[in-house]
Amino acid sequence: MKISVIITLKKDVLDPQGKVIHQTLDGMGFDDVNEVRQGKYFEIDTKETDNGKAKAKVEEMCKKLLANLVIENYKIIDPK
Amino acid sequence: MKSSVITFPGSNCDRDMHVALKKFGFKNKMVWHADTELPKSDLVVLPGGFSYGDYLRCGSMASKSKIMQSVINFANSGGMVLGICNGFQILVETGLVTGVLLRNKYLEFICKNVFVKINDKQNNYFKNVDSEVLELHIAHNEGNYFCTNDQLKEIEDNNQIAINYCSENGEIEDQFNPNGSTKNIAGIFNKHKNVLGMMPHPERMIDKSLSGEDGSLFFKNLINNLK
Repeated sequence: MKISVIITLKKDVLDPQGKVIHQTLDGMGFDDVNEVRQGKYFEIDTKETDNGKAKAKVEEMCKKLLANLVIENYKIIDPK
Repeated sequence: MKSSVITFPGSNCDRDMHVALKKFGFKNKMVWHADTELPKSDLVVLPGGFSYGDYLRCGSMASKSKIMQSVINFANSGGMVLGICNGFQILVETGLVTGVLLRNKYLEFICKNVFVKINDKQNNYFKNVDSEVLELHIAHNEGNYFCTNDQLKEIEDNNQIAINYCSENGEIEDQFNPNGSTKNIAGIFNKHKNVLGMMPHPERMIDKSLSGEDGSLFFKNLINNLK
């Protein structure tokens, strides 16, 4: 089963990379952008077949390794 | 005095640290990250470098390596643990010290000498240092110290800020902040001040003819405090 995770920076955390991407987009003529925030995307292929158990495992992975909860939020996307 | 320097895959300041510790009288052992037990040590050092290629987040993989459980236990039982640069990033990822280190504010790798002001001398690292300001070297891409407002209040109330970036005369101002760190923070302690994480490299400042000698002050003082 494949489970996806999206990690984003929390609202108050400065994102200099997002800022530079925003500026570059501006320079390319995409001048109606309000803000860009950069994040991370993971696809985890697990042997677990039970939907609930798999999600619980991935949640544990997020808390222990994939995200740093001081600055990041994680969102687990329901497996298809 | 016995010390241990942990080598992770991608560490590159471990040998410099070994040379520095030996020069000032430590009997140092190099310890591989996949080992599970620490040799008997008075000081454990997590050196600078790019452990695990800085993948995911700097220090995140190294903080989960086998030896780290022993290092965490050692720190929690009062042992002295010093993390320099990538070592500091590893320390924040273990949770031994508060906060995180973000990309530098202006997105550039910074490699230069800076001045830092010692904020607290009630600890074994800086007690009796005969100077208020040290000139040390920094070389990092992710040294922008960040923590929540609640965490900041806590570390300020406990006097856990170890050193701040400053001018040659010790003025802590925005213009002397190289990387955007909250409150110019260059290094912090844990609550009991036996764990210190800092971005500057004292081990690069131990030879008068190569650099400066403010790192020598740091190490001489450290070993005297531990005796």
